[in-house]
Order: sequence, then structure tokens, then C-alpha cells
Amino acid sequence: MSDDVRDRVRHGTDETAGSAGGAVGGPDETAAGAEQPTNRVRAAARSFGITPEDYMLPARHLIRIVGPDGRVCRSAGEDPEPGHDYPLPADEDLLAAYRRLVTGRRLNEQNSALVRQGRMAVYPSSYGQEACQVAASAHLEPQDWLFPTYRDAVAVISRGVPPEEAMTLFRGDWHSGYDPREYRVGIESTPLTTQLLHGVGLAHAARLRGEDTVVVALCGDGATSEGDFHEALNFAAVFHLPVVFFVQNNQYAISVPLERQTAAPSLAHKAVGYGMAGERVDGNDLVALLAVFERAVRLTREGSGPLLIEALTYRIEAHTNADDATRYRTDEEAEHWRTLDPVTRMRTYLSDRGLLTDDLQAEVQAAAEQAAAELREGMNAEQELDPQELFAHVFTVPTPQLVEQSAQLADELAREEA
Amino acid sequence: MMSTTAETTTPVTMATALNAALADALTADPGVLVFGEDVGILGGVFRVTDGLAERFGADRCFDTPLAESGIAGTAVGMAIGGLRPVIEMQFDAFAYPAFQQVVSHIAKMRNRTRGALAMSMVIRIPYAGGIGGVEHHSDSSEAYYAHTPGLKVVTPATVADAYLLLRAAIDSDDPVVFLEPKKLYFAKDQVDLAALRARYEAGAGATSTSDGSEGGGDPRAALEAGGATIARSGTDATLVAYGPSLPAVLAAAAAAEADGRSLEVIDARTIVPFDDAAVVASVRRTGRALVVSEESGFGSVAGEIAARIQERCFHSLRGPVLRVTGFDIPYPPPKLEQHFLPGVDRILDAVDDLQWED
Repeated sequence: MSDDVRDRVRHGTDETAGSAGGAVGGPDETAAGAEQPTNRVRAAARSFGITPEDYMLPARHLIRIVGPDGRVCRSAGEDPEPGHDYPLPADEDLLAAYRRLVTGRRLNEQNSALVRQGRMAVYPSSYGQEACQVAASAHLEPQDWLFPTYRDAVAVISRGVPPEEAMTLFRGDWHSGYDPREYRVGIESTPLTTQLLHGVGLAHAARLRGEDTVVVALCGDGATSEGDFHEALNFAAVFHLPVVFFVQNNQYAISVPLERQTAAPSLAHKAVGYGMAGERVDGNDLVALLAVFERAVRLTREGSGPLLIEALTYRIEAHTNADDATRYRTDEEAEHWRTLDPVTRMRTYLSDRGLLTDDLQAEVQAAAEQAAAELREGMNAEQELDPQELFAHVFTVPTPQLVEQSAQLADELAREEA
Repeated sequence: MMSTTAETTTPVTMATALNAALADALTADPGVLVFGEDVGILGGVFRVTDGLAERFGADRCFDTPLAESGIAGTAVGMAIGGLRPVIEMQFDAFAYPAFQQVVSHIAKMRNRTRGALAMSMVIRIPYAGGIGGVEHHSDSSEAYYAHTPGLKVVTPATVADAYLLLRAAIDSDDPVVFLEPKKLYFAKDQVDLAALRARYEAGAGATSTSDGSEGGGDPRAALEAGGATIARSGTDATLVAYGPSLPAVLAAAAAAEADGRSLEVIDARTIVPFDDAAVVASVRRTGRALVVSEESGFGSVAGEIAARIQERCFHSLRGPVLRVTGFDIPYPPPKLEQHFLPGVDRILDAVDDLQWED
């Protein structure tokens, strides 16, 4: 290696990274004919008649449409902050989301019961976060993708994955129970934040293939401290990819509270540092979440680049059944958040508006019970597991070493049978 | 190392052969993408991607932000999206930020999804020493990757193999960690790249192995089942090496011949899958075995190879299976590097210890 090459080893990288555009010849030379990402943000800001900073920074107030009492706390369209206007979603969308909300709550309860009965190894419950879970995929088209974490089983189910397949990971018979391509839902990811980069890469691939694909990538508040969070948001912004990053800020990363994760004014404020728009929404207000997601998915599909949504919510139950939440938070705090419950709030709101009759509520509840019963049945069925499958999915074709080891296991099992 | 038939051969560097392999793969498969740090306009710090961005456009070969986990993690998404990413980690010791993506996702995704998602990608990593690199520019990191189930680990020692194995790695539906010996980047062989391409694309890639050993011929087969080749035939002892260690081992074998010892040299080429059959066949013929690698010895690939030989060839062995590796120290500074790397004398000393007096 010559001296001049060695001298360039790191310096060259830094110079390149510091140059405008970063990619070869700048992104404006890509086949997509895209402008510079900063111009995309400027164009989006212009469309709202506001400055790029006002577009990228979250609205000064938490976006909320329906308050904890189930009443509209501001009429849609009344005095919104310019560019942060959230009209009421259509009635049928509200009702469809409410159905999934009630089912999600019922499945959370059912899963916790299955863990208590020893039918599942572990369950990280999203009890209290169901509005976020439902909203995440509410505006996704069939060709879009969702990249979830281990706490997003309800979001995965809301996207169309059968409950039993979504819970396979926690039953423990395999690491994942569904084909990600079939539902366009990534694997439920346990290594924190890594899935955001998968979503970014998927969006990039879709763009290169000329497909219209929006990605919603989920993570929690603790995950925003991981390096991959930075790398994912930065990549998405630099390549101005159609990704909506959705942070469910449920206040705790197992036991560690938000103030130990960040000193930022809010997690949504992190967006501006990447040149993307951030918004902060009441994560227990399904109506507001639907409105915020509708705008975000629409903007990113139209080419405004990625967006970051922070939803303020709360994990009512412990991190998992193996965790003891009383060691790090007070009952009073959890009780307070129970009064902000997303399901009760939505039911009150829809009933008060006359959209949810007693008959309809009974029907919604019955559908939720049906889903829970099917899940119970599936989880209670004895699984026939084939130990030889351990060797089946390591490589396309098993290596000679794996063939050897598979034969060893077969021999052990045959001798056990004898 | 290439057998020259009727082809017109010219001196070609390994970097040029790798560049040709990338260009030919980009041409052959529109799903192939090349990205990483400085792989675009600069052409890579070792010039392996020279001219690709210009020739194939910024959608096919592009620079990324300086973020190795980001490069590997987005490659996961691109593989899910049906593309075939070929990513570059600029240096062995700068690849570690990507380690979680490599171990937790790239290596396991096929397994976790019961075969639904293939991670068809190549992670190219310039590795090992011999270039007088300052700190963090000369790690031998093969054991980290080889120890991780689900990854294939490949390293070429010849210019022709650099071309053929990289083509096969890109075409493989499994994730391949492709370790490029830095010190061999600018080593030249007489190679006809056009003929190599024609042979590879016709479904064969016969290398120069004189013995026609199984797996050495077709690089695709080498990636499926292991593909060691006999780099030098001999009768008295088997020396197993790969990638950056091969030149020193061949030089040692040449020197030993003057002492009347006939040493067989095996180029493993694929660390995972390892070609047990070829190594075992050779050791059973020669009765002695020495494994040579640059890595620190404790917990090394060399230790694994030595153990495998001992398990399989015990009754053929006339002496202990020995290893020559780097010391168990952090990679030394450039001016002390020569004391760390296995050289001809150290290899010959170990050959002397193979118990010739029985």
C-alpha cells in the first residue's frame, strides 16, 4: 500500500462525508431524478407556507384531538399551528381502527393469561399502547412495509399477520412464525433499533426497483439512544427515503426512565438534526395518531423524505412477565396512566358522537373474543417440533459439517427411541 | 499459479481482478449493488471499486454516510427487498460497528424466518497485515466471522481465485464474508480475465489445481461444500494455509525442498464451509500436518483446523498437528510487524518439529 493511499485512509473518508450530497455526484444524479434532500424539506415547508425549521420541528404543543375524558379538546381545523394541521379522520376509519384497538387490548390480556398458564415462554405486553400499535399500519397500503420490535405483536396482528403466527416467537417453537414477505412485516426484532436500518434498506431497495413503497419502522424510547437509531435516521434523510420512524415513548426502557436516555426537549426534536420533520403526538389518542400518521405517510409517499413521529404513551404492565415494575416506578404513576387509557377514551368519544351503538360495541367485543379464542386454541395445541429442522435453515444447502451434525443428532434420537 | 494454456495472459493485480469481478457481477445481475464508504468517486481506498460508479451509475455503486452498522443494516433491508448488496467495510478493524447487524441479523435471518428470507449479500473486508498499516488497519478477524453460524467465510490467495470466488460469493444465496488479503491486493499473476469470466459464466471456473481435487474446480461448489486446492504437491507433510499466509508457506515449501523435504501446501480458500475432505485426504497421505495463519493463535481458525485434522487423522499422524500463528497480542506497530507475522523461518522451524525421527 503506497504512502499516499495510507494517508488518505481516513482523511479521504471525512472529506467525502463532509461534501454536499455525500453520494456519487450527489443524490440529484440518481435515476429517481431526486433533488437534494434539503430541497425536498424546503419544498414541503413551502407547501405549508412555513420555514423549513418550523416544518422540521415538532409543533409547540403535543398533538391531541380527543382528551382523556373522551371529548374533543379542539375542533379539527380550529387554530392549528401553521403546517401542523390535523383534520379529523373519516368516521369509517375511526371505527375500523377502534375494532383493531379492542381486539389488540383483548389479545394483550389473552397473551398475559397464556404466559401465566405456561403456554408461552415470555410476553412483552403493549397493554396501554394499543392506540400506537393500531395506528402504525392504519395508513399502509398492501405494498408497504412495517418493521416492528418485540413489543409490537399487536401492530403486527393489526397489519394482518394471524395472531398465532405473531406469537410463535414467544411460544418458543421458532424465532418467527410468519413469512415477512407474505405480510410485508419484518421479523419482530429483539436487538434494539437494528430493525430501523432494515426498514431504511428496504425503502432504498424499493426505490431502486421503481416501487411505490412506504416503510413504517417502529422503536421505543430506549432505542433512541442506540447508535443504529442515528445511523438509520441519517441514512434515510441523506437518501431521502420514504420511511416513517415511529417512536413509542412509553417512558421506560425496562427500568430506566426517559431522563436517563436523553436531555433533548423531546424525542421528536431529534428529527431536525437529520434534516427531517418530527412530530409529537398523544400516544393514547387514537384519533390524533390516525391523523398524524395519515399526514406522515402521505408526505413521505409524495417524496418529502422521512419523518419521525414520537407518541407519548405508557407501558401499563411490566417490561415482560419476568420483570417486577414495582422496583422502579410507583403504583400511583401507573394508576394515573390508567385514567388516560386509549381504549376507554376512544369508546367514550365514539359513543358520544353516536358512531358506536350498543349493538356495534357488542359486535366489536365479540370479534375480539373470537380472535382471543382462536389464539388460545392455537397456543394450546401441542406443537410437533422436528429437531432436524435445526439444521434446515442455516444455509441454502447444508454444509458437509451440518450434514454430519444432523446425522449425529438423528443417531442420538434413534437410540433414545430404542 | 495459473496454468497457462492457449490464453493470452497479462500481469493482473488482485485488486484489478476483484474490480473485474464486481463489474462483471453488476453487468450480469441488475440486482447487484455495491456500496460503502469511499467506494464511489474515489474507487475505494484500495481502488477495488475503481470506475464502477462512473460505469454503472450512482444507483448501482454509491457512497454512504460513514456508518458501518448503517451499511450492514441497510443491506439487510435491501436483501429483503430482493437486491444483492455487495458492501465494503473499509478495513477489518473498522468493521466492528457492524458486528451486531452481521451476527444478529445477516447470519441468522434465514434461520429465524425458517428459510423465508435469504440474506444474499457479500461483506467485503480488506484484512490482515503485511502493509505496514498503523493501528486498526491490520486485524485478522476471520475467527469472529467463522465462529458465527450462518456466515460463509472466504478468502482468496491468488488473483484468479479473487475473481472466481468473489463472483461465486455474489451469486450465492447465503451471506458471504469475503476477506481480501490487503498485502496481496497489488500482487500480480499472469491471468486472462476475459477467459476467466467466460469460464465462470459457462458454469465452471477451473483453477490451476494440478490434482483436480474435488471442489477446487467450480467456485460455486466451493461455497456450497468447501473448496480447498492443492497449491503445491508434496509427500512428507501437509501445510494448511489460506489468504495472506499462503505466499510465506509456499516460500517455506520451496526452501524445504532444498533440504530434501517434500511439503504439500493446501490453500483452504473457504474457511466456512471448510473442506475437511481435501485436508484429511492430504494428511492421510503425508502423515504430518502444520497449520499456518496470521491470526493470534488462541481461539483461532488455525486451532479449529488443527483440531479437525487430529480428530480425523489420528492414526495417520506421525507427529503432533502443529500451528504457526500470530502471537496473542494486539496487532503490533508497523516497525515490529515482521516479528508478529508467520515468516518462512518460523514456518520451517515448526516443520522441523513435526517429529521426523520416528
